[in-house]
Amino acid sequence: MAKNKDVVMSVQGLTKVFKSGILNPEYTVAAKDISFDIEKGKIISLIGESGSGKTTVGKLILKLINPSEGKIIYNGKDISEIKEKEETKQYYRRVQGIFQDPFATFNPLYRVDRVFDLIFDSFDLDYEDKDQAIREALFDVNLNPDRTLGKFPHQLSGGQLQRLLIARALLMDVDVLIADELISMLDASTRIGVLNLLVESCKKHGMAVIFITHDLNLGYYISDHSLIMYKGRLVERGDTKKVYENATHPYTQMLFEAVPEIGERWDPDEEFLPEQVVQDVKEFYQENQGKGFVEIEEEHSVLFSDK
Amino acid sequence: MAKDFWAKHENLYYALTNKKVIFGLTIVAFVFLLAAFGPMIAQYEYDEYAGQGYLPPSSEHFFGTTIDGKDVFTRTVNGLRSTLLVGAIAGSIATLIGCIIGFVAGYYGGTIFDELLMMLTNIFVVMPQLALLIVIAAFLEVRGTFVMAVIVASTAWPWTARAVRSQTLSLKNQEYVSLSRISSISVGRILREDIASNMFSYVFMVFIQQFNGTMLATVQLEFLGLGPTKGISLGLVMQNAVNWNGIQLGMWWWAIIPGLILTILITALYFINTGLDAAFNPRLREM
Ligand SMILES: Nc1ncnc2c1ncn2[C@@H]1O[C@H](COP(=O)(O)OP(=O)(O)O)[C@@H](O)[C@H]1O
Ligand SMILES: [Mg+2]
Repeated sequence: MAKNKDVVMSVQGLTKVFKSGILNPEYTVAAKDISFDIEKGKIISLIGESGSGKTTVGKLILKLINPSEGKIIYNGKDISEIKEKEETKQYYRRVQGIFQDPFATFNPLYRVDRVFDLIFDSFDLDYEDKDQAIREALFDVNLNPDRTLGKFPHQLSGGQLQRLLIARALLMDVDVLIADELISMLDASTRIGVLNLLVESCKKHGMAVIFITHDLNLGYYISDHSLIMYKGRLVERGDTKKVYENATHPYTQMLFEAVPEIGERWDPDEEFLPEQVVQDVKEFYQENQGKGFVEIEEEHSVLFSDK
Repeated sequence: MAKDFWAKHENLYYALTNKKVIFGLTIVAFVFLLAAFGPMIAQYEYDEYAGQGYLPPSSEHFFGTTIDGKDVFTRTVNGLRSTLLVGAIAGSIATLIGCIIGFVAGYYGGTIFDELLMMLTNIFVVMPQLALLIVIAAFLEVRGTFVMAVIVASTAWPWTARAVRSQTLSLKNQEYVSLSRISSISVGRILREDIASNMFSYVFMVFIQQFNGTMLATVQLEFLGLGPTKGISLGLVMQNAVNWNGIQLGMWWWAIIPGLILTILITALYFINTGLDAAFNPRLREM
């Protein structure tokens, strides 16, 4: 591993098993043995198809669910140990998220302004004029405050709601931002603007972003580091350029072959795992039995076998 | 001041200005007033011989008389009072039990506790309602208003429990609850603003629907002769009319008027519910 890294958060051996049903419990291993570091001011893409466990990792970092195993170290402390109210508040003052479904992120009974009111109620945000700050943040994400504030969620589009949430996150000026399928609802023209805004924010304020996406192109466009997830496991990880130029895990390779044509949308809900890949991955693990996670070059590691 | 109040209670404002709600409430209020004050206006006892039989509605006998000369108005308003009371108490009990069980099960969703509660609920759901009611009602020799209400409520609560459970489950997993959590607002405020407020309108509508159902179930039991053992009820008035072939004998007022009042009440409740649905759901509000 390279030196001189300014690590703000460290994810270590994170595992989440969901149990559903009592009489006939079913277990889903949503994430297994996930480890990576989050560096100040860097963007990490977490790439994988639907169901691979990306959202689960995001929710673990946001303390919305508890890990079955493993740790997330922030400020030298495992965040599972943050229980006290004031400490939890301090954590959320520095670590925030934008969820996958903008429509579900707004309480339908309240006007959209509430998402700003909540953070101004809870946190000591450093603005002289709250309303002015909100308006500026909205202009930054290309929204007209007069046309969005005071509206109910159902009166706005998914893209507008998503940008409101981006504005909310940027207002908070956090250390770590989890952005789950952030721009899935935005049209192409707004998309680039929002992405650039995000990159700018990282450079300016040293914010780190976990950019969760199923879109390989986006990952490449935006991130410094890439994490490839497959069935709850991190199968390839490293410097984005290296991962993209020297994709080694069969699943990563398949992803590159499967990149849809420009302009074609990749349906995030589509179950998409050709039999062939499952087979390829199995053989790959068998051939490399016992190797585990290996650093094949500086800043580039690959999962060679399951054990 | 007033403006502030309405801004805070937007839901109430939309509810009270909704045409369907106003229409429904007016009718329901009228029926309730009839039940409350009708017996005072009535000049006879419900069982008393009030005049000639076979009389059609007139200023003397508003709803006419029965075959044996009893005043139908007196019988109807007294019966309405009893039936409404049973229906309202039963509806309240059923809503209360259903909400408590549903909320607890939903809150502990997926645990053994939830599973036990749902098992209990499902047992009540598959039980043949009428048969059970007949057995219980026949078993109890003296049945007052409250006992009647408990009997009716005992089979009415399960669907509320189920509905409230799934509502709680889905609310609990809403992303906006997560957003409130990462916004670090207090648990109390989350329960109030994110869970309860989204639940309140629902529970209110559940109650109206329950009331609707328990009213019908009550009349049904009364009609079968399984109503309160003393006094008169709406179902009993109709049962008499049918037993005496009131309609065939041309005494439409005897059976139709009490039935009509019941039908109007239930329709009005339905109007309130659809109106509230639109008022409570910003998505359906007419802007
Ligand atoms: N609350 C939950 N209970 C049970 N299973 C879950 C839950 N949340 C997610 N899962 C399962 O975990 C796996 C990973 O889900 P998720 O993290 O949402 O994937 P992604 O975001 O990559 O699409 C899926 O198989 C999903 O069904
Ligand atoms: Mg997801």
